[in-house]
Amino acid sequence: MTGAYDAVVIGAGPAGLAAATLLAERQARVVLVDEQPAPGGQIYRAVEGMTARQPELFEALGPDYAHGDELVTLFRTFGAEYRSQSTVWQISPADGSDAAHEVWLSRGGRSELLQARNVVVATGAMERPVPVPGWTLPGAMTAGAVQVMLKSAGVVPEGMVLAGSGPLLYLLAGQCLALGARITAVLDTTARANEQAALRHLPAALRGAGFGYLVKGLALKLRLRRAGVPIFRRVTDIALQGTSEVTDISFRSRGRPMWLSADLVALHEGVIPAQQITRSIGCVHDWDAVQHCFRACTDAWGNSSVDGVLVAGDGAGIGGARAAEHAGRIAAAEVLRRLGVADAAGRDALAAADLRGRAAHLAIRPFLDRLYAPPAAILRPADAVMVCRCEEVTAGAIRGVVQQGCLGPNQAKSFLRAGMGPCQGRMCGPVVSELIAEARGVGVEEVGYYRIRPPLKPITVGELAALDVSGA
Amino acid sequence: MFRRLEDARADISFSFEGREVTARPGDSVAAALLAAGLRSFRATPVSGAPRAPWCMMGACFDCLVEIDGVASRQACMTQVAPGMRVRRQRGAKALESDPAAETAA
Ligand SMILES: Cc1cc2nc3c(=O)[nH]c(=O)nc-3n(C[C@H](O)[C@H](O)[C@H](O)COP(=O)(O)OP(=O)(O)OC[C@H]3O[C@@H](n4cnc5c(N)ncnc54)[C@H](O)[C@@H]3O)c2cc1C
Ligand code: FES
Repeated sequence: MTGAYDAVVIGAGPAGLAAATLLAERQARVVLVDEQPAPGGQIYRAVEGMTARQPELFEALGPDYAHGDELVTLFRTFGAEYRSQSTVWQISPADGSDAAHEVWLSRGGRSELLQARNVVVATGAMERPVPVPGWTLPGAMTAGAVQVMLKSAGVVPEGMVLAGSGPLLYLLAGQCLALGARITAVLDTTARANEQAALRHLPAALRGAGFGYLVKGLALKLRLRRAGVPIFRRVTDIALQGTSEVTDISFRSRGRPMWLSADLVALHEGVIPAQQITRSIGCVHDWDAVQHCFRACTDAWGNSSVDGVLVAGDGAGIGGARAAEHAGRIAAAEVLRRLGVADAAGRDALAAADLRGRAAHLAIRPFLDRLYAPPAAILRPADAVMVCRCEEVTAGAIRGVVQQGCLGPNQAKSFLRAGMGPCQGRMCGPVVSELIAEARGVGVEEVGYYRIRPPLKPITVGELAALDVSGA
Repeated sequence: MFRRLEDARADISFSFEGREVTARPGDSVAAALLAAGLRSFRATPVSGAPRAPWCMMGACFDCLVEIDGVASRQACMTQVAPGMRVRRQRGAKALESDPAAETAA
């Protein structure tokens, strides 16, 4: 066991970096834990040192990515303790207000226990599963996965088809073009109804930082058009074709059937909060009907329903990287109050600029959330579509057990093994909840979600046996 | 499918199914294999269907491979090391979460 900390921050994305930086600056005993080899999270992955290592790539990833370099530099300046390649696999919340939370992490096949009075969960988002026919075939990846190849390995896709909707889809297209990669086509699934629903929120979207986001989005689309990338709009009925790998993609654009050859298809329908950690601790989660996802409930400061557990960044609802950074500092200010370093007035003063900054970056969200609302066909796919990738369970099988009286995801799990494989339901959970809600004719909030139990990532029996808990 | 940006530092070598693969220091095993043109990483335990990385961020577990004799390693979360021996994973259900903890509500 490694002593006791004032705070353990989990996740080195913008939220976690900002939180750990402020806490270290104020001399709190803080440790930042992240499973990646370097700080940055999803958006700023591999940013540290890239200017020197791969200047061309750094340039191509754009100014928003470059901001991550400043954030990481600041984090290093204040010298917060940092554990890379360390996966948190269990958190045991404190029983009693004097006790510490226990955070178990695994690094290089060895586990370790950290204790802290405060835990800031900044584990961010994952891409929404995109269950279309053929999405389990080699050659089908998420847009984020392709972007990870770009950022962390300098590997660019050639002849990719990008399909789906959302800012990340167009951002990736722009980044690929900047690196001279050929894009076969972009298939945009945004429905006309989404545009109509979003329009009402356009005036609000022009406030705060919203205008800047809109201009960036339009500039990206223009760049694609100028580069001659075919953009198919109003795309529905996407199916990846091939027996052992993707060879083609079929779809409809404005109702017309289309067919393209492609050996790499990047799918994306937005991101949703990562729930694994907050669910396993027992934090209360809300169903967000606009963002179509569950998220940990927090107050304005990031406090979850569990005392001393705060959630900052996309894990508490999708707000984007800049809002996450502000949320990280806001949560850190609250931790300082909890530690007695600041009183309420001191916390408010410390967080004032970040509260304003977060609001400015969230101004565009109601517009974006409606514009890029995921299509019903991926929220609740057709019967033949695979939903649980691990145990190979189809949407039809889930609907079938509901007909037999299954009321919730945990029951479906025991009937069908959906959610029991190595991913522990990360891929099928959101879809299974939606399917059950639809079949029962009730809201998703009533159906709930899988119960998540540690270990959050599989650890070996040997690792458990070798645990050094002598000082615990 | 994928192409490496010019990078003189792609100088680590490891093996996949006995075949030599080069990689850059810091590459994940998954990125290095995809860059080398590999399509299928594993066969599923249920139907034997071929699978490859889906998320590259540790969430989907579709990149599982055997590394130096240890099954069910996440290729996207493991950095390559010189001389590493990587093999395709066939079946292997050993990685399931504890069934005892997964009983119905
Ligand atoms: C694949 C992907 C790519 C994205 N790319 C972009 C982009 O280019 N531009 C953009 O504007 N937005 C992007 N987004 C959205 C973006 O993630 C968020 O807006 C932003 O990164 C949120 O910041 P965060 O600090 O909340 O979390 P994140 O940046 O997601 O950081 C979370 C961190 O927590 C770590 N973590 C998670 N679970 C554990 C655990 N159990 N143990 C230890 N560490 C853990 C992760 O390794 C990660 O580093 C992307 C999202 C995804 C999923
Ligand atoms: S590719 Fe999804 S876990 Fe590795």
